Amino acid sequence: MKPLNVISFLVENKPGVLFNISNNFRRKNFNIHSITAIAGEDEDTTRITITSRGEAHEITKLVEQLDKMVDVIVVKRLDPLRTIQRDMALVKLHTVDPMAQEEALETINHYKGLILDIKPDTIIAQVTGSVNEVSEFMRDVKHIGIIEAARTGITAIEKGWITLEDTHIL
Amino acid sequence: MGRMTGAKAYVKALEHEGVTHVFGITGAALIPICDEMLGSDIRYIPGVHEQGSAHMADGYARASGKPGVVQVTSGPGATNIVTGVATAQLDSSPLVAFTGQVPMSMVGTDAFQEVDIIGVTASITKWNYQVREAGRIPWAVKAALQVSNSGRKGAVLVDIPKNVTTDEAEMDFDANVEFPGYQPRMEPDPTELDWAARALADAERPVIIAGGGVVASGAAPELTALAELLNAPTATSLMGKGAIPSSHPLSLGLLGMHGRTEANYMIPDADVLLVAGSRFSDRTTGALAGFAPEAKIVHLDIDKSEIDKNVDSVTKVWGDAKTSLSRLVKQIKAYRMHNGNGDWARRIEEHKKSIEWPDDTSDLTGPNIIKAIRKALPEDALVTTDVGQHQMWAAIHFDVYEPGTFMTSGGLGTMGWGTPAAIGAKAAKPERTVLNISGDGSFAMTENNLAVAVDEDLPIIVVVFNNRMLGMVAQWQRLFMEGRYSAVHRDYALDFAELAKTYGAHGVRAETMKELNSELRRAVDADYTTVIDVPIDPEENVYPMIPPGMGLKDILTKD
Repeated sequence: MKPLNVISFLVENKPGVLFNISNNFRRKNFNIHSITAIAGEDEDTTRITITSRGEAHEITKLVEQLDKMVDVIVVKRLDPLRTIQRDMALVKLHTVDPMAQEEALETINHYKGLILDIKPDTIIAQVTGSVNEVSEFMRDVKHIGIIEAARTGITAIEKGWITLEDTHIL
Repeated sequence: MGRMTGAKAYVKALEHEGVTHVFGITGAALIPICDEMLGSDIRYIPGVHEQGSAHMADGYARASGKPGVVQVTSGPGATNIVTGVATAQLDSSPLVAFTGQVPMSMVGTDAFQEVDIIGVTASITKWNYQVREAGRIPWAVKAALQVSNSGRKGAVLVDIPKNVTTDEAEMDFDANVEFPGYQPRMEPDPTELDWAARALADAERPVIIAGGGVVASGAAPELTALAELLNAPTATSLMGKGAIPSSHPLSLGLLGMHGRTEANYMIPDADVLLVAGSRFSDRTTGALAGFAPEAKIVHLDIDKSEIDKNVDSVTKVWGDAKTSLSRLVKQIKAYRMHNGNGDWARRIEEHKKSIEWPDDTSDLTGPNIIKAIRKALPEDALVTTDVGQHQMWAAIHFDVYEPGTFMTSGGLGTMGWGTPAAIGAKAAKPERTVLNISGDGSFAMTENNLAVAVDEDLPIIVVVFNNRMLGMVAQWQRLFMEGRYSAVHRDYALDFAELAKTYGAHGVRAETMKELNSELRRAVDADYTTVIDVPIDPEENVYPMIPPGMGLKDILTKD
């Protein structure tokens, strides 16, 4: 499988911009693995984080195409070594068996997760971490019984002083 | 400033931005706008089908260098311009389309004549936008014209719901248009430029490929100056035709699939290749493996995403062609005068001389008809083409003396583009002779636009290369499918000369070179629309040709 890349955007907060961006991924033959987006405090801009599989040179060309879009203010493939990325999962576990419940609680604690809801036969856990950590957690609780799980997909930020806006100024 | 309806503001905004011509067809969603146009000095040129109107606006844009405006109603009016929008976008032509839309309250309900044209055109526009408040109209009009005609030019679409045209609002026509993410780069980076200048100054066997970007930015004089300074033979892509005069000793003519032998042979031998305003399309490069394998490629483009897209370059110059080329000339001159690369210059001559073109000009062959057209036309005449064999004959054999006088649908390859585009070009430059080089297949797609040429007094000449075939496909079937013809015959009873007369134009059939010459002369002198139907041999192939998937030197020159 090709490596997963994290691409961060700052775009104008207007109808259709997210559609145009995802449309561009499709046009250029990429599949979106995860996408997160939220309007900024000022409501003028939206920050989007998209992950997609591809070789570095393919992603570089894709980023050039995305950068060309009039409504895209900044777009950048984040350097994995200089980037903090986080994924969050809400997982509902089947814990009618007290042994299963105990194991679930231990596993959630091990991953520094939060318990958001406990019912006699279910637990809802919140686990945050890198994509790999969250995936490992999912694997570890699989045998207990996952009733339902929802993941946010990755959001990411670069280490140190550099920001997406800086990229734009440079 | 002032309070007014959206429709009034729209017309005022067009006037304010200097728009003088609008092509289109009205409809329910446009009634308020067309009512306001009654009081305007803008010339409205009604079409017969929206596709034709879009091509007219495109032809107008290419001939004038100003954005071409097409205005159509919602639903089918909007979907009918899709081909025109895509054609302009692929050839980086500044087309601005305004589409009517059902009222905002009905958007999304599948109302009568509603189509999501913003969604439909997302992939074929540089930018598109739906105006949702009347007060945004002046901004949207200004933004559309500005985006389409700046940086790498392209197609823009603005969708205007009907209620937005009837609502009143306070209007500001001088509001600034600023996009934080859109600042076209004109000035090249000095370091990049310096590298490029050094590479070119040190070249022993330099070759230049000029593309549509050179024509679009008006950089033909700078390009020619650079070619002369480097003593570099210069080939052009289809869109770059005219970037250097065909008569210039350093001009190699067209390169690529139907390129001239001298161009296709010299490029792989180059040690440094300057590619200016060209995007390395597959029709230009042939198989990438055989494309200048030894050469250091210097790529100059206004669109950063084109650099290294198809072919990796050693040195990149990101900027406007005119600015960058004039800087390059200056910089190279500062290094040293070029050594004159004597051997290389001689090889250009030898190459050119070694290629034999049939010198019998009496038969009605494709190349001969093209040469007859050239001879009959004034040097500054505007020529459009349709798509197919006639287009390639024109690309190979039609000499262009002034940049921008040869216009063709290069990227999308839209059959039927030429006739309406010629009408648009005539609207832009009424003092020039305008001629469309067409084929029977292409002409039949949009011939109804002759009605517009006649009614609107925009006379054009159409020469139809009539082989009763979809000739280019037939050629591929002859060459690559053992001659099995499928779906290419066009043996209809249609008589193009009679058809022209039905539209009120002059129609004539030229069966010999003598008749063709005299009809061409008459048509150039006359100021009415003329169609000259020229029967040609359906078995004639366009040569040279590089078979698809082969390299530049795998060129076929005859049957």
